Amino acid sequence: MLNTKDILETIRMIQDENLDIRTITMGISLLDCSRSDASAACDAIYDKICRYAEKLVSTGEDIEREYGIPIINKRIAVTPIAMIAAACPGADTVRYAHALDRAAETVGVNFVGGYSALVHKGFGPGDYALIQSIPEALATTKKVCSSVNVGSTKAGINMDAVQMMGRVIRECAEKTVDDSYFGAAKLVVFCNAPEDNPFMAGAFHGAGEADCVINVGVSGPGVVRAALEKVPDGDITEVADMIKKTAFKITRMGQLVAKEASKRLCVPFGIVDLSLAPTPAVGDSVAHILEEMGLERCGAHGTTACLALLNDAVKKGGVMASSHVGGLSGAFIPVSEDAGMIEAARCGALSIEKLEAMTAVCSVGLDMICVPGDTSAEILSAILADEAAIGMVNSKTTAIRLIPAIGKKEGDEVEFGGLFGSGPVMSVNRYSPAKFISRGGRIPAPMQSLKN
Amino acid sequence: MRAVLTVIGKDMVGILAGVSGICAETGVNVMEVTQSILQDMFAMIMLVDISDSNVPFDELSARLAKYGDDNALSIRIMHEDIFNSMHRI
Repeated sequence: MLNTKDILETIRMIQDENLDIRTITMGISLLDCSRSDASAACDAIYDKICRYAEKLVSTGEDIEREYGIPIINKRIAVTPIAMIAAACPGADTVRYAHALDRAAETVGVNFVGGYSALVHKGFGPGDYALIQSIPEALATTKKVCSSVNVGSTKAGINMDAVQMMGRVIRECAEKTVDDSYFGAAKLVVFCNAPEDNPFMAGAFHGAGEADCVINVGVSGPGVVRAALEKVPDGDITEVADMIKKTAFKITRMGQLVAKEASKRLCVPFGIVDLSLAPTPAVGDSVAHILEEMGLERCGAHGTTACLALLNDAVKKGGVMASSHVGGLSGAFIPVSEDAGMIEAARCGALSIEKLEAMTAVCSVGLDMICVPGDTSAEILSAILADEAAIGMVNSKTTAIRLIPAIGKKEGDEVEFGGLFGSGPVMSVNRYSPAKFISRGGRIPAPMQSLKN
Repeated sequence: MRAVLTVIGKDMVGILAGVSGICAETGVNVMEVTQSILQDMFAMIMLVDISDSNVPFDELSARLAKYGDDNALSIRIMHEDIFNSMHRI
């Protein structure tokens, strides 16, 4: 029989340390829903999603009950809609977002991602119209998430798209002022976007993916922090080993749930995303892991080194536990969704500049950060350009999800509620990058792209 | 399907009888039992076979949880594989 200690450890992880499966995300290809008539395309999209994902939520709930492990979200990721909308030039692209929203409502998932365009090298048919329509689409739907890829290590950075996205981010916030600027929280702008990411708001189903797959994102910052409490005076090698062992256990559970969901839904298993995804709940914070390593506050000097260690150890522990690893895989540092980050930002220990440095060594980017309402579109574009440059040069995914808090200034608070949390408006550097952003064009791909 | 049933709480008379009584009523076969008491805290772990259970898993789980609530115990029943996958390679 199983060891009593092991059984009680698993139960403690779930009961006291917030261990959960963050998401089961079904990726669905919509390439066969492309029609030259937008109404027919929207009908085809709605029908296909409802047919494929009919049992996604109930299957997730069955697994949750039988295995006793919470599965927080059930989601859908679809082919970037710009590819589908390209077939009917001139049509109102927002209709596709409404079709996605209706389908998400019918099947009962939390979110559907893929109102997206991939423009890292240039705008194809459908891309421009879709990007222009993002603010309207996100303001008039509940469950639709959007993402745009503006750069890659192979292609460089599309600065025309960067310029455009600064305006789009602002408009998203402006159109949803009464809803805590929630439109901006549903938009991610990427460099090196992964095609199998199960996490929102950046999930989409890449063109190279199968017709339908199941991807799973695990969580568990609370478990890692609790494990580190067992080595209060250990050296850093011991800390790294402890994180690896814990990440292995967490990921094994993710792999089990992914395989089981794949079997029950008769859909191929895609990947497990080995991420430490925090929530605003006490004890579920990535910042608190860094503080457990010995920092007075997240954001102190040393934070980047601690995060690099954490991110690397999570991957090393997790990679052997799963047959296929993908997505973002690493530690997430969303400010408003992490109790420790919120505290650090409030007390001034954590700045956007420090967060930017942290994104060079962890899995995502400047995530869920509220900036003053009068931050110009050029400054937003320039923050994006910096982030994309870090991703491009380091051959990694980076992204921004910034919330311009219209009508608010530095130090004010924004409340999103639920998993999105709350956070203070953080200060940004006010010197103007307008001339640089207005140049447009493309930052050439770096030497790292020439690997062949 | 085999499941692990855990009972954690303050020690008192009749816990084993109460829980195994529910198992008997619902057609759940108890395969192994271990229990330990650490400073008044009672921890019992049962490996059970629920293949021939006469109630759906949800109902079994709810009945055990209710017995737990009534007696200030934390009772969980979980598929065995969750522990196997996490602790065995």
